[in-house]
Amino acid sequence: MEEEVKLHGMWASPFSRRVELALKLKAIPYQYIEEDLSNKTPSLLRYNPVHKKVPVLVHNDKPVAESMVIIEYMDETWENNPFLPRDPYERAMARFYAKFIDDKLLPTLAKLGQTAGKEKEETIEEIHEQQKVLEDELKGKQFFGGQRIGYLDIVAMILVWLHLTGSITGQKVLSTEKFPLIYEWIERVMKMEVVNECLIPEEKRQDWIQLAQRAPKSASN
Amino acid sequence: MGDEDVVLLDFWPSPFGMRVRIALAEKEIKYEYKEEDLRNKSDLLLKMNPVHKKIPVLIYNGKPVCESLIQVQYIDEILPHKSPLLPTDPYQRAIARFWGDFVDNKIYDLGRKLWTTKGEEQEAAKKEFIECLKLLEGELGNKAYFGGENLGYVDVVLVPFYSWFYAYEKCGNFSIETECPKLIAWAKRCMEKDTVSKSLPDQDKIYDFVLHLKKVFGIE
Repeated sequence: MEEEVKLHGMWASPFSRRVELALKLKAIPYQYIEEDLSNKTPSLLRYNPVHKKVPVLVHNDKPVAESMVIIEYMDETWENNPFLPRDPYERAMARFYAKFIDDKLLPTLAKLGQTAGKEKEETIEEIHEQQKVLEDELKGKQFFGGQRIGYLDIVAMILVWLHLTGSITGQKVLSTEKFPLIYEWIERVMKMEVVNECLIPEEKRQDWIQLAQRAPKSASN
Repeated sequence: MGDEDVVLLDFWPSPFGMRVRIALAEKEIKYEYKEEDLRNKSDLLLKMNPVHKKIPVLIYNGKPVCESLIQVQYIDEILPHKSPLLPTDPYQRAIARFWGDFVDNKIYDLGRKLWTTKGEEQEAAKKEFIECLKLLEGELGNKAYFGGENLGYVDVVLVPFYSWFYAYEKCGNFSIETECPKLIAWAKRCMEKDTVSKSLPDQDKIYDFVLHLKKVFGIE
């Protein structure tokens, strides 16, 4: 049966980019539909009536919403280059740290743009504490997934985004001196073509910083 | 399954803990239940969940698994053939995970607003709460359970909140059954199963607990 895969996404959304990376890692051909979140396509609203958000993966006209649900669906449908380990305990660990990034790190980063002075310093301190959790998870490993890029690496790409935007804003939120393993991981994944293809293009990075500072909650996912 | 050492660190009114109790019961996994005093957390809890310091924590042969949805999936994956909670088809699994995620993101916070707020804020929470339950009714359709003919992942994720419905109704001054009769019928159907009824505390006990919390936090 001919496979038809479409992704409704948005260039500035880390959740959308995450799914694109997953698609490229599995070498799944797909059609990309860029959504204007202020003027969503009727298709998007039909495919995700509950949340009306991106990303939405449509596989042979069957929609899947929520980035982590999409990624697990992909892992179960296309078995090449598996994202999750086989062992149930290892899987639980990968899911735990991915949830940690989504529930803790991302909201703290979103808060950063809204803070100044002492509150900003406290928020940066909070980010450093969260980074420590991820640094510990990298001990003895090349990637979060072990020898190869996996589920948690895909979600942790937000660290790469931060590193790139940090160079532009001059604001070193990501403490690479304190967290050398994360820094090494960033350098390692940035050598991968598929990772670079899914990063915010250089010419759009300034726009992204402004967008991130204005909207406390991402309009996607 | 041999003699595995399974411990659940929990707090009796927690809907998140209830999810794990149901999943363990469905799989007939014997475990030791340890009640935590959340104002005086045990060293074991702090050691097993250093990141969040929260219950429930499932300790399986000395190794901790945290976060209720992750725990339920883990339990399902270690004994996949016994009372499977997630379906086998990847698309059906995605749908189940989507709704599990929906319940997790919406129901607890909205429910909390029902007993901690008043006036306009409470009315808005009530409205959204009912809308969410109606969406879930839509997903349930004519099935006996979200899992089809048997209890599934979404059932396990959602049904614990049924023990809190009476408290929500009293505090919010409304009737969930009037608004969502199908959902209440579903909940009662779940409660006919021992695995569920023995995992959920009495609705009256939860209401008393909520009244106690309101006093402690000075909420009217």
